[in-house]
Amino acid sequence: MLTYIFKRTLWAIPFLLGASFLAFVIIQAPPGDYLTTYAAKLEAAGQTVDTARLNALRERFGLDEPYLAQYWKWITNVLRGDFGMSFEWQQPVSDLIGDRMMFSVILAVSTILFTWAVALPVGVYSAIRKYTAGDYIVTVIAFLGLATPNFLIALALMYFGVVYLGADVTGLFSPQYANAAWSWGKFLDLVSHLIIPVTIIGLSSTASLIRVMRANLLDELYKPYVTTARAKGLGEFKLLLKYPVRLALNPFVSTIGWAFPQIISGSTIVAFVLSLPTADPLMLQALMSQDMYLAGAFILLLCVLSIVGMLVSDILLAIVDPRIRYN
Amino acid sequence: MQTQAKMIDPRITDSTAQASQWQLIWSRFRKHRLAMIGLVLVGMLYFVAAFAEFFQPFDPISTSSIHVYHPPQAIHLFETGTDGGWSFRPHVIDLELTRDPLTLAANYAEIPQSKTYIQFFGETEPYLLAGVIPMQHKLLSTEQGGRFYLFGADRMGRDLFSRTISGTRISMSIGLVGVGFSLFLGLLIGGVAGYYAGWFDTLSSRIIELIMAMPTIPIWLGLSAAIPANWDPLTRYFAITVILSLVGWTELARVVRGRFFALKTEDFVVAARLDGAPPLRVIFRHMMPSLVSHIIASVSLAIPAMILAETSLSFLGLGLLPPSVSWGVLLKEAQNIRAIASAPWLFIPGAFVAVAVLSLNFLGDGLRDAADPYAQERG
Repeated sequence: MLTYIFKRTLWAIPFLLGASFLAFVIIQAPPGDYLTTYAAKLEAAGQTVDTARLNALRERFGLDEPYLAQYWKWITNVLRGDFGMSFEWQQPVSDLIGDRMMFSVILAVSTILFTWAVALPVGVYSAIRKYTAGDYIVTVIAFLGLATPNFLIALALMYFGVVYLGADVTGLFSPQYANAAWSWGKFLDLVSHLIIPVTIIGLSSTASLIRVMRANLLDELYKPYVTTARAKGLGEFKLLLKYPVRLALNPFVSTIGWAFPQIISGSTIVAFVLSLPTADPLMLQALMSQDMYLAGAFILLLCVLSIVGMLVSDILLAIVDPRIRYN
Repeated sequence: MQTQAKMIDPRITDSTAQASQWQLIWSRFRKHRLAMIGLVLVGMLYFVAAFAEFFQPFDPISTSSIHVYHPPQAIHLFETGTDGGWSFRPHVIDLELTRDPLTLAANYAEIPQSKTYIQFFGETEPYLLAGVIPMQHKLLSTEQGGRFYLFGADRMGRDLFSRTISGTRISMSIGLVGVGFSLFLGLLIGGVAGYYAGWFDTLSSRIIELIMAMPTIPIWLGLSAAIPANWDPLTRYFAITVILSLVGWTELARVVRGRFFALKTEDFVVAARLDGAPPLRVIFRHMMPSLVSHIIASVSLAIPAMILAETSLSFLGLGLLPPSVSWGVLLKEAQNIRAIASAPWLFIPGAFVAVAVLSLNFLGDGLRDAADPYAQERG
């Protein structure tokens, strides 16, 4: 088991490298480098541009060096926790991202837990009660969840909140808790605010996981070993959980890994609509003003989050399914 | 002997045995009711997209300061004349803008006797249909000038109905163009990887896995942030489609690679190769016919994903920018709470997105089922 975890973790390293390179390409993509943008901003603000300072900065970020050398400088700095400067905020990027990344992680993890907690029982129900009213209702909701863009649902919920309930569904905290220290009350407040974004973001992946679980279980339910177990007098519920569900779980857990990037991607737009204090709205703002070190740091961290999420679910899969461990 | 051969030949007794692959697919597809509905809706949307100028009563970018946030109007088809008789005269009842003197909030009140008459296929200013065909008639136009708002107006008094139709062209076509690029990349990379295998296959599979492990929207946002803001709309349109396909080709490449992999060990392909057919001939003459239907099915499932991606990017303000009109650009107007609370009709383009994506998905599902020769017949 440990060898498998070790090997799988090693396997993630090229992915992380690839992600970091991609983030660097995005940082470098806008025309001109960081300092020309910076100097243009200063000039637009009517300030004088200090050439000596610019040269010092150029030296620090290695902007005169070849592409790969710049990448090396950037990535080694990142590993030391230095993500560069945000010229818009005039602060080191690392000071800006901490809290927001934490909320992003909380949001992503709660969404994946929600997805799992809903898709598993509903998928099982939908399979054992195939072609009943309940199954049809689940199927229709699943299809709608797959097809409706989730920001539309967010906007619609926001509209209902404002017009019919007079409540604001945006943000992650009520005003009285926004700047308060952590307490039980603040935690409960966070949980109650998480419900709506988690449901919206998780809807499409929940929908597809329900379909996967239903199909997998249907493949297993009519196999001879199930009949044998039933013939031997095993209780229906115990039988279900003990054999077919365990087998049907494997493809399910491996799909969970792929759901993770999807969830992070979907949360970008929902977090923006609902103005959640996660990484996404600030990343968007940074991209708009071409504050590329800040934006690149967010993109890198979101990619890392998604790769780590996949890693964790692969390890979970190995725990569930011994065949994977020994291959 | 001759007659016996005729008896055995199944083509004589069973007419379906003569059906070509496409006829078989079509007959299976027709049984899939949702897919047929999807096909009709998608057909209608693309028809509207192709002839958008004919369907939009007004110029989508013409503004009107006295019609700011004008609510939608219903078309009344009949009118009661002064003598009490009915006559067919389609019209809308005019609304007048009044502003609350204190809050300056806009209010619209009906002016009962003031009507704007609408004619079908009426004569209008000359325009070019689809940019080439000179036309002088539109589906809807007013009899004596003036404006009407079937879907309401936005904050600058632009007609949302005309804008939605104009957006249909861009949103629906960006799906096609984007998938075209993706298909090119997917066929090339997936095909070479599946056919030749070896190091290229290993490398491309790793790259595909890497791209699929990334959250797509942040990557798209990052790449489109690099498009200079001063590019003209058409260049930006193509830049956005290229960016969308840079991520979107992976799924298609996987499908193509998988099919090539499975097919190349089939006896008929091996036979063609042993007969000395060059690779291109093996691929296009022998393998393609069994692949095309699968590729079409995956393409029709990739189009809605593209449409959603463009909508999301434009909605966030990093995709297409005004004056381009796409569904996403229109929905950007519905972003803030104040706008949607006072003008919920700004959501209408969202309904178009949902209908387009749903019907394309059903269409793709139907095609996929129909294209699989081993699928069980539906009861």
